[in-house]
Amino acid sequence: MSQMIIANRLIDGLVIYMGPKGEWVGSISEGAVFENEHDAQRWLVVAQQAVEDSVVVDPYLIDIDAGGGKSLPVGARETIRAFGPSVRTDLLEDAEGNGG
Amino acid sequence: MYRYDEFDHKLVQERVQQFRHQVKRRLSGELTEDQFKPLRLMNGLYLQLHAYMLRVNVPYGAMTSRQMRKFAHVARTYDRGFGHFTTRQNIQYNWVKLEETPNLLAELAEVEVTGIQSSGNCVRNITSDHYAGRIKDELADPRVYCELLRQYTVLHPEFSFLPRKFKIAVTGSPKDRAAVALHDIGLRMHLNDSGKLGFEVLVGGGQGRTPVIAKTIREWLSPEHLMAYVEAILRVYNLNGRRDNIHKARIKIIVNQLGIDRYRELVDQEFDRIKGDVKGIPEAEIQRIKAYFAPPEYEELPDFTDKLSTLRLADKAFDLWMSSNVAEHKIRGYAIVNLTLKAPDRVPGDITATAMDAVADLADEYSLGEMRVNHRQNLVFVDVKQMDLHNLWQKLGPLELATPNLGQLTDMITCPGLDYCNLANARSIPVAQDINKHFVDVDRLIAIGDFTVNISGCMNACGHHHVGNVGILGVDKHGTEFFQLTLGGSSDEGASLGDRLGRALPQEEVPAAIEAIVDTYMDIREDDERFLDTYRRIGMVPFKEAVYGSADTKVVV
Ligand code: SF4
Repeated sequence: MSQMIIANRLIDGLVIYMGPKGEWVGSISEGAVFENEHDAQRWLVVAQQAVEDSVVVDPYLIDIDAGGGKSLPVGARETIRAFGPSVRTDLLEDAEGNGG
Repeated sequence: MYRYDEFDHKLVQERVQQFRHQVKRRLSGELTEDQFKPLRLMNGLYLQLHAYMLRVNVPYGAMTSRQMRKFAHVARTYDRGFGHFTTRQNIQYNWVKLEETPNLLAELAEVEVTGIQSSGNCVRNITSDHYAGRIKDELADPRVYCELLRQYTVLHPEFSFLPRKFKIAVTGSPKDRAAVALHDIGLRMHLNDSGKLGFEVLVGGGQGRTPVIAKTIREWLSPEHLMAYVEAILRVYNLNGRRDNIHKARIKIIVNQLGIDRYRELVDQEFDRIKGDVKGIPEAEIQRIKAYFAPPEYEELPDFTDKLSTLRLADKAFDLWMSSNVAEHKIRGYAIVNLTLKAPDRVPGDITATAMDAVADLADEYSLGEMRVNHRQNLVFVDVKQMDLHNLWQKLGPLELATPNLGQLTDMITCPGLDYCNLANARSIPVAQDINKHFVDVDRLIAIGDFTVNISGCMNACGHHHVGNVGILGVDKHGTEFFQLTLGGSSDEGASLGDRLGRALPQEEVPAAIEAIVDTYMDIREDDERFLDTYRRIGMVPFKEAVYGSADTKVVV
């Protein structure tokens, strides 16, 4: 299963994902997809460093369904984290300030 | 309403300053998350699924229009334009930024509200009857004692690190609108044999994964001993409660383990030891606090019921609203008006900043500037002139605050669930919305009558599912959201916990299951019997058969 790293940004708590260069991005569509466990764990160490550096809180790996050309989270919880409350799509705004 | 004195103001402002400093140290990396987390939680700041969530206490659910306007301002300035009223008479904001929280708290402090002790293992917001001070059957205004207890327990060093959170509720009426039997301490006012007002004290109630109806620890307690007795209960709990297992840490567990008689003995020993010292409440202090809750200057008004009858005859919608949402006031010519936050398609308990501002304006115009929030996530205007009811109703309609469903099946308690909450197993809100879509026939809802449906997204039971006539609990089955139904719960003076109906259902089957339960009830009820009474008389079997079919009645997952 493909994976991605999710976390909360310390300063505002918004959901962020690790991008391809270890940077943090606000939208799941820009998150880096790790195809194997080795890569995923290696980048998780980088994420832990971001915790130490007080940039992010609570990073962890999530399963991603990358088929169909789009990175989509697996399961209700991560889908809701990625796209906002399923009952208030009118309020969707990601960490880049898009939407809303 | 209670107004902060100099001491309260100073305390809250110092607390904001302290938190400002803590946030700065966290953002600079001087504090780790592990060090910072308990500090933010003590100020009501959680980290949830989408962002930081701030929980703000509305002490015993009473608010002024000024406070409501501030809530609107906060929603607009610091969040995404709305807030959520919870079952604990709090308001929650879902997208608060850590760096902005100190400013936000400073703004709230201006109107005398805080997030202090809205989280953590301390005494939480003390809750009460939303009709307090305005209802005929009341013996005395419970808010006076809520406020005394609030002042006593806020930042009390001994009780800031209890084994687990601690909830207190107070009612001054025999009709329990505050669910006191579901609290760690429940206080129920009544008269003793010599006609003196005091409290029946209940202890060890609670919901969560181990629901328990509180037991009476003292039949009658004189008000001047309230602090000493509550202190004795808290101290015995603090010393004996378990800290090794979060699921066994609430007072209900220790009361069950020791037995109520032994717990009472320990409390009485401690109470006898301390009651003579300064912990008695001087009568002057009770009077001082009472003065804050003195009734407003009511006008001498004629009874307007006859004129209202004419208006009701002329307009069915107004008539429905009057029957459902308006309660009798203790003063002639006045009424209590419930503003339901339960319009179809709306998220129960949610309210936009625009609506909050409008509510504040209407409270000024029609309710002497005061309102309440109740544990069923509705708002209440407590001092409306009967002669204004029709005008008010017309203004509430466009704001979607006049849905005439108070106490009916569609007036559901719904926790935020997996749409917001980190601890959730399943979504609660879409379930409520699905049920709402099924029950649109107003006449049918009226025929069904009193019927509470309470929904929680996990075992923590913030949505009070154990005490819903129908309770719905979200469970996770191999990564899929399922819903477990219970029947027969109630949170009033005859509190009871619901019994499990059978195997959990997928979301799409829940409305049909409720439909089957309702149909069965309508078939077998006697006269105007409430659902709860029918269930208590007949039991589970017909409902189980209706939902699962007779072959399936023994299957429980
Ligand atoms: S009941 Fe569970 S899901 Fe609902 S708000 Fe409480 S903790 Fe969250």
